[in-house]
Amino acid sequence: MKIWVPLDSAAIALGADEVAAAIAAQAAERGVEIELIRNGSRGMVWLEPLVEIDRGAGREAFGPIAPRDVPALLDGTLPGLGPVESIPFFARQTRLTFARCGLIEPLSLQDYAAHGGLAGLRRALTMAAPEIVDEVTRSGLRGRGGAGFPTGIKWNTVLNAPGEQKYIVCNADEGDSGTFADRMIMEGDPFSLIEGMVIAGIGVGATRGYVYIRSEYPVAIDVMERAIAIARHQGVLGSDVLGSGRAFDIEVRVGAGAYVCGEETSLLNSLEGKRGVVRAKPPLPALEGFLGRPTVVNNVISLATVPVIFEKGAQHYAEFGLGRSRGTVTLQIAGNVRRGGLFETAFGLTLGEIVDDIAGGTASGRPVKAVQVGGPLGAYMPREKFDTPMGYEEFDGQGGLIGHAGLVVFDDSADMLQLARFAMTFCAIESCGKCTPCRIGAVRGVETIDRIAAGDPDAIPLLTDLCDTMRDGSLCALGGFTPYPVMSALTHFPGDFAPRRKAAA
Amino acid sequence: MQSAQAFASESPSPTEEDIRTIVAAHVDREGPLLPILHGLQHAFGHIPQSALPLIAGMLNISRAEVHGVVSFYHDFRDAPAGRHVLKLCGAEACQSMGADAIGAEILRALGLDRHGTTPDGAVTVEPVYCLGLCACGPAAMLDGRPVGRLDAERMTTLLREVRA
Ligand SMILES: Cc1cc2nc3c(=O)[nH]c(=O)nc-3n(C[C@H](O)[C@H](O)[C@H](O)COP(=O)(O)O)c2cc1C
Ligand code: SF4
Repeated sequence: MKIWVPLDSAAIALGADEVAAAIAAQAAERGVEIELIRNGSRGMVWLEPLVEIDRGAGREAFGPIAPRDVPALLDGTLPGLGPVESIPFFARQTRLTFARCGLIEPLSLQDYAAHGGLAGLRRALTMAAPEIVDEVTRSGLRGRGGAGFPTGIKWNTVLNAPGEQKYIVCNADEGDSGTFADRMIMEGDPFSLIEGMVIAGIGVGATRGYVYIRSEYPVAIDVMERAIAIARHQGVLGSDVLGSGRAFDIEVRVGAGAYVCGEETSLLNSLEGKRGVVRAKPPLPALEGFLGRPTVVNNVISLATVPVIFEKGAQHYAEFGLGRSRGTVTLQIAGNVRRGGLFETAFGLTLGEIVDDIAGGTASGRPVKAVQVGGPLGAYMPREKFDTPMGYEEFDGQGGLIGHAGLVVFDDSADMLQLARFAMTFCAIESCGKCTPCRIGAVRGVETIDRIAAGDPDAIPLLTDLCDTMRDGSLCALGGFTPYPVMSALTHFPGDFAPRRKAAA
Repeated sequence: MQSAQAFASESPSPTEEDIRTIVAAHVDREGPLLPILHGLQHAFGHIPQSALPLIAGMLNISRAEVHGVVSFYHDFRDAPAGRHVLKLCGAEACQSMGADAIGAEILRALGLDRHGTTPDGAVTVEPVYCLGLCACGPAAMLDGRPVGRLDAERMTTLLREVRA
């Protein structure tokens, strides 16, 4: 009997380690032979810890499981959910990037290869560098870290940049609230990121890679480090990648709790051992990045998607999607939702379909008031905008942004003025300090919102002006995009900013 | 801070040799400073003041530069934390699930009026912005272990653990 219990942080946070221990103890007590596998999460967080059992007729899912459920689970008397693939939330997805996550044993390179892993790299090794870059360009892949910049164009700049030593830097800082796709793939399918980085390295002529992982992710750090050691030991990394004579190696670096270090130039400074201050562009990191050398900086999901593009072909990937948003988007459905988790699908679903239908509304059972899409710098979308389809241009057209594709749902108890205040406070705390509109403006923003809360209507135009100044006068999106959550809250939920608070307090 | 110092006196202060060994282990890496600081904090629970001039000397940078880096990042402490560290997520996804109220309750139960260390040095409560547990909030991390769907029951268990 094979039993899978996820090692994913969210599963652990909900008791997976205790469940795994109970299963091992109970099985030993009964003298039953079991093979206990710690897999990644299947992404249905409301069902975690989600345990799968194969008694010989295929994997069946059970969840959420508590240690007290384990005897019935082993007796076979606990009602199950059927195969994971039959659960509607899962069945409706198109899993390309996350195809293996939760299915395989994360640290088994054999299991990885048996499920399509390394096929992309083997193919890339037969291609010339410009062909590799061209394949990525033709796939239509755009950066999943937030800005949506075409990955192939970035790689091409690095390929053509002069330089002896080039780098692939993976941005695993995943600071946005409501996002966890990077963490999930690193914990559940680390070799896909490694393979993507190797292909990037071969494609642009880089031999060294760094994965910059935030310190808040101890499980991901541990899994990635072990996966890199295994990949090195088995010849996927090192001086002779899969016997090709090409060299590529990777090292994990750990962040130190600064949100702004997710911004690529700040990240490079941090990697160099400096304060995580944002650099002015130009020069582009592609030309003068880590230690002043040509560097690809890509998000985890961007890089982890590269293997499937090479395995199945650029055309296959590009066939999914909407408009200029090609391929799949790895939605992270979070906050006050009935069914939260990772949902990978072609671009194009509307916000309403995702929130009402797939997520099933709020966990509290109250009406949805707003959805913040794209992290702390993303707009609060009201129900009136629920027909916006998931696509970079489509969201932009509605005054929003997709960012890293995290959705945080709020019910009608949310206080939009407080959330706007939080956005300003966050910007003030996390500002790298380089530009005045961000560093000082955010502090003024908090004060101005407090004046509005105290019933001063004159402060509302002040807040609007301040947001304009921040938007126009900031070097990076921390100061430049904080106006998104603030202004969307003010515009769509004016009632929360009306002078009613004195009476309420 | 006081309580932190009381705790600091329990562990012997690091010697110059201890510090040099850790710095030396990373000095040849590309961009060695963050790995060095993580190494020191891992070993001593904080970045000892006495380490700054040693790092500066070994990396051939100014002491002010080292200080600038240490102070930039939220993770690095100038004094040791309590015996347990409880990080409470305050990001939007956790707020949507009532994190603020539960956080306040935890602080009250520990006799703290804001984030910090309890007088007995048992626990340091810190805010954190996002643990990537956004579909199972409110979330926390106790001594590096993730905790999700924080409610009264889980909170009681957590508090029992940190007081033990
Ligand atoms: C304040 C700020 C924070 C950011 N945080 C992240 C992050 O955590 N992860 C990420 O991949 N990109 C983040 N970005 C975007 C990066 O600057 C950069 O666009 C990205 O790493 C490029 O990779 P991609 O093209 O694969 O998306 C952030 C940007 C800003 C302005
Ligand atoms: S906008 Fe803020 S975070 Fe970005 S560079 Fe300017 S000061 Fe730094």
